[in-house]
Amino acid sequence: MTVTVQITDVSKRYGRIDAASGVSFELGQGEMVALIGHNGAGKTTLMKLMLGLIHPTHGSIRVLGEDPAAGQFSARRRLGYLPENVSFDASLTGRETQRFYARLKQEPLAKAEQLLDVVGLGAAADRRVGTYSKGMRQRLGLAQALIGRPQLLLLDEPTTGLDPELRQTFYDAIQRLAAEGTTVLLCSHVLTELEERAGRVIIMNRGVKVADGSLDELRRLARLPTKIRLKVSGLASGEVPSWLAASTPHRRLNGHIVEIDAAPEQKLDLLRRVMAAGTSVEDLDVMSPSLDELYAHFLRSAETPR
Amino acid sequence: MNAILTITAKEIRQAIRNRWVLAATLLLAALALSLTFLGSAPSGSNVGARPLDIVIVSLSSLTIFLVPLIALLISHDAIVGDMERGTMLLLLSYPVARWQVLIGKFFGHLAVLAFATCLGYGAAVGALLATGSQMDREGLAAFAAMIGSSVLLGAVFVAIGYWVSALVRDRGTAAGISIGLWLLLVLVYDMALLGLLVLDKGQNISGSALNALLLLNPTDVYRLFNLTGFANVSMFSGMAGLVGSATLSAEFLVAVLALWTLVPLAFASLSFSRREL
Repeated sequence: MTVTVQITDVSKRYGRIDAASGVSFELGQGEMVALIGHNGAGKTTLMKLMLGLIHPTHGSIRVLGEDPAAGQFSARRRLGYLPENVSFDASLTGRETQRFYARLKQEPLAKAEQLLDVVGLGAAADRRVGTYSKGMRQRLGLAQALIGRPQLLLLDEPTTGLDPELRQTFYDAIQRLAAEGTTVLLCSHVLTELEERAGRVIIMNRGVKVADGSLDELRRLARLPTKIRLKVSGLASGEVPSWLAASTPHRRLNGHIVEIDAAPEQKLDLLRRVMAAGTSVEDLDVMSPSLDELYAHFLRSAETPR
Repeated sequence: MNAILTITAKEIRQAIRNRWVLAATLLLAALALSLTFLGSAPSGSNVGARPLDIVIVSLSSLTIFLVPLIALLISHDAIVGDMERGTMLLLLSYPVARWQVLIGKFFGHLAVLAFATCLGYGAAVGALLATGSQMDREGLAAFAAMIGSSVLLGAVFVAIGYWVSALVRDRGTAAGISIGLWLLLVLVYDMALLGLLVLDKGQNISGSALNALLLLNPTDVYRLFNLTGFANVSMFSGMAGLVGSATLSAEFLVAVLALWTLVPLAFASLSFSRREL
């Protein structure tokens, strides 16, 4: 796997605030990575560092084989960026804006204009950006980020203001690019959206990287219980089923549903016992810890040692 | 097309869309035309003063007030405004250097000013021609020099505006400082200098010291260039007395104006490149 982004022990101080401290990670070709964290956790700072818009106080950054802050631009031609709350010059039309950015990247104009159709702005291309809605501006932001088949995409809150259908098209486009070898780094608050898509998750808290790995790896690390819900018939209201050890945390939901917090290794054992007891189970739900829960867990564990 | 020209083209297009070009051209043309028609009234038409020379004197006095103001209005917002609107962040993620952004904008804004000045003041010449006034080659040369130096004066203030824009944190501050600078350089400086000369009564301030003091203000450099540069013009400008003592050549004055453009532009570029987004 070719490394496209290499961040080594990077710190960035703004006055007395550590926007990032001692962050290290590598992103490989074709990886789709979610960068999550609170507001002010250092996500945008990391993106700006990767773009060379700000200089690290300490540490080194390589993006597509270059130091982004050194003033060389060949890497930037192969990079797409969508800032949070993207804005454009209101007096230009969508098409003019797209052509302007394509010229700066020295990419063919016709291809860049086609991207407007891809994001569904084809009909509004000749209207001024000032008349666009928030969602349309966001789409224009995506269109400019995709100019010239970038090898690295940095997307800061890319789906804010997009309707569900467009969200789907957007993720499809991103996934296609990733399959062709583009590295995609996504910042988002909408964790459920990233859950199914990101191959890897990096969690930031107060400028420090607190977790980094695939969703499965993070689940293993976090050791959060899997929730098992069983719909059992004929169970008295206070009764604890015989197959359930009293020490296992569980609760009753609206009468006949038992929700059990099972540790990862107990999961199968528990189900086997339920079957052996011959309880009449009408329905079964197994819920692995969601990204939301993992995120909350890693933030908690990052806070406690301090 | 290279990055600087791409940015220049965008700035010009935006200025046209925002009606900046239209507003500046109409303003300058309206004032130039009214000065042309009213301007000969005070001197009378039979004193021997040729209309073109009078127009040059009155138009260059007008330029000193107006062109710096227009230039600062266009330029004070150039960097800090784009940063506040968020467009700068995206632009700088593209393969362009910050100095290229600055120079690209500079060319664009200068083109707008040059267009407005040439067309606006050109209207005055057109009006004189239409009314059948006579003009000789020297008068036309003086007029052309006046237009050229007006654009150069605009360039000075565009560069100063960029420097302000690169230094401050928000647009309001940039606007305030720009207005302050305009007042200082266009009004206060000359009044203070005049007061100083009156108080001094020619005791301590020598001619060369006065020249140096005048060179420290770009609007005075412009005034010296236009009002003393051509013999006919200086007669009517009331600067004839000064011409006797002025030892500064037109080339030198143009060079000083160019320096007044390049130095603030260099500082603007330096401040901008040091700035963190």
